[in-house]
Amino acid sequence: MGTLETDTEVRRDLEMHIKTRDHESASADAHDFVFRIDDVSVFYDRFRAVRDVTLDIHSRQITALIGPSGCGKTTVLRCLNRMNDLIETARVEGRISYHGEDLYDKQVDPVEVRRRIGMVFQKPNPFPKSIYDNVAFGPKIIGTKENLDELVERSLQHAALWDEVKDRLKDSAMGLSGGQQQRLCIARCLAVSPDVILMDEPCSALDPIATGRIEDLMGELKSEYTIVIVTHNMQQAARVSDRTAFFTAEVHGDQDRRTGVLIEYDKTERIFTSPADERTENYVTGRFG
Amino acid sequence: MSETALGQVSGGHRSLLLRSERASRRARVDAFWRAVLLLTVVVALIPLAAILGVTIYRGAGAINLGFLIENPPFSPGQEGGGYAPAIFGSIYMTGLAILMAVPLGILAAVFLVEYKRSRLAGPVRFFTDVMTGVPSVFVGLFIFSSLVVDADLFFGTVPGAAALAVLMLPIMVRSAEEVLRLVPQDLRNGAFGLGLRRWQMITRVVLPAAAPGLATGSMLAVARGMGETAPLLFTALGARQIVTSLTGTPQGALPLQVLDEGRQALPAAIERAWAGSLTLMAIVLLFTFAARFVARRGNATSLS
Repeated sequence: MGTLETDTEVRRDLEMHIKTRDHESASADAHDFVFRIDDVSVFYDRFRAVRDVTLDIHSRQITALIGPSGCGKTTVLRCLNRMNDLIETARVEGRISYHGEDLYDKQVDPVEVRRRIGMVFQKPNPFPKSIYDNVAFGPKIIGTKENLDELVERSLQHAALWDEVKDRLKDSAMGLSGGQQQRLCIARCLAVSPDVILMDEPCSALDPIATGRIEDLMGELKSEYTIVIVTHNMQQAARVSDRTAFFTAEVHGDQDRRTGVLIEYDKTERIFTSPADERTENYVTGRFG
Repeated sequence: MSETALGQVSGGHRSLLLRSERASRRARVDAFWRAVLLLTVVVALIPLAAILGVTIYRGAGAINLGFLIENPPFSPGQEGGGYAPAIFGSIYMTGLAILMAVPLGILAAVFLVEYKRSRLAGPVRFFTDVMTGVPSVFVGLFIFSSLVVDADLFFGTVPGAAALAVLMLPIMVRSAEEVLRLVPQDLRNGAFGLGLRRWQMITRVVLPAAAPGLATGSMLAVARGMGETAPLLFTALGARQIVTSLTGTPQGALPLQVLDEGRQALPAAIERAWAGSLTLMAIVLLFTFAARFVARRGNATSLS
């Protein structure tokens, strides 16, 4: 992306567009959006898990996807790096563009997509290797020209883990605490220099202190990366995100089939103080969900 | 112990030490069934203990360095001599069988676990199960007719090893499949999330994580192959000198030699057969213990 000056300009521009909240008027500068999700539905077999989602992900901001269980927020997140491709029955309809290109174009290699769009998972999942090897793993496979030692150090520092592990880089990653493991997973993700980081409830398996550290880290990473986070925790969304999308589940008849729908997408502050939709208000005030 | 005395605790609290009639009856029933279960375990262990005991008792006396490094005597009735050709042949053929069965078995298991979508996965799993149940003598006959006769290899090391490999393969596939399934899905997702291709994910993440378990499975397959007699009857055939050639010369094996000498009514031959059995049992136990050891160490270091 551009330099610092252009970035602030971009952001000022964005603020204006946000006020109008009109997709059409914003289409002129599509490059300001990392993702434009347009009328997307996701199916598992013939069952529609999410329907008609339209939202734009802004560059170098944290976007939170919130909502009750089964509302499809994780499904939407996994569309963004084509992780849903790995589920054989999954099918995506609609259009998702990534920097103006169709993410689901036949020419696009999902592996290349996942190299640019990193992911941090709900449960920390370090590989059963040393701390060093976990971070060096991605760059080694992709074939980096950089000095691995420096890259590992930089990634761990970025993930605010370096000071805790610098003396035991050769130790197994499995010996770290849950919070440390999750930061290691973030470092592993940063080591391949992604453009976007997707986080799927990254703190749900962590205690409040570890959660606080990850949240601080996200605030720091925002200056360089675009972050999309799925969270169950509304306070977390309120604390860390710039924009929030609220999803809910529609239940069909008496079968326990739910389809996720996007109710409202706005600046986080608005979602939590003066939401436009009653359902959002009920959820964020704790009356529902 | 006087229950009433103990039961009198202040404030109408019913002492924990008091036992109701029903509770003590439950305790008696529990003790009875516990004894029954213990007894069945003992009964089940008797044959194992008897086999070990008799083999050691009858075989230990005849085992010495000469037994391990000498050829059998020219005439089975003679005293002395050893099982060196049989021990060598068993290790040689099992080694070759590992080279055939282990890579193939692991690849098949990778296919079954990592390529579930394939329409072939179901049939492959089914035929693996069928293979597990095929009587080992059929496997011997199959190799005899295909390799020994049709391919004109004659009896020898390679046909013997091939027969053992066919028997080891299904064990290897099933054990490797179990182990690969134990590799957490989260690790695969992590690898995919980093932008690895499927084959990179398999070779760089799944197989290393599963390595200790795969080693255990291989050793169990070895232990199984070592002890097989029937598949070797008309593939290796047996030898009384050390045979190093791969084909063209019949090869020896411990179970074959034990069978050969054990059924002769000659005390010296029978004594050697016991010693041979003990040697075979020791080798198999060694591999089984090694498998356990590797499994335990592996569990401590990987897969959390």
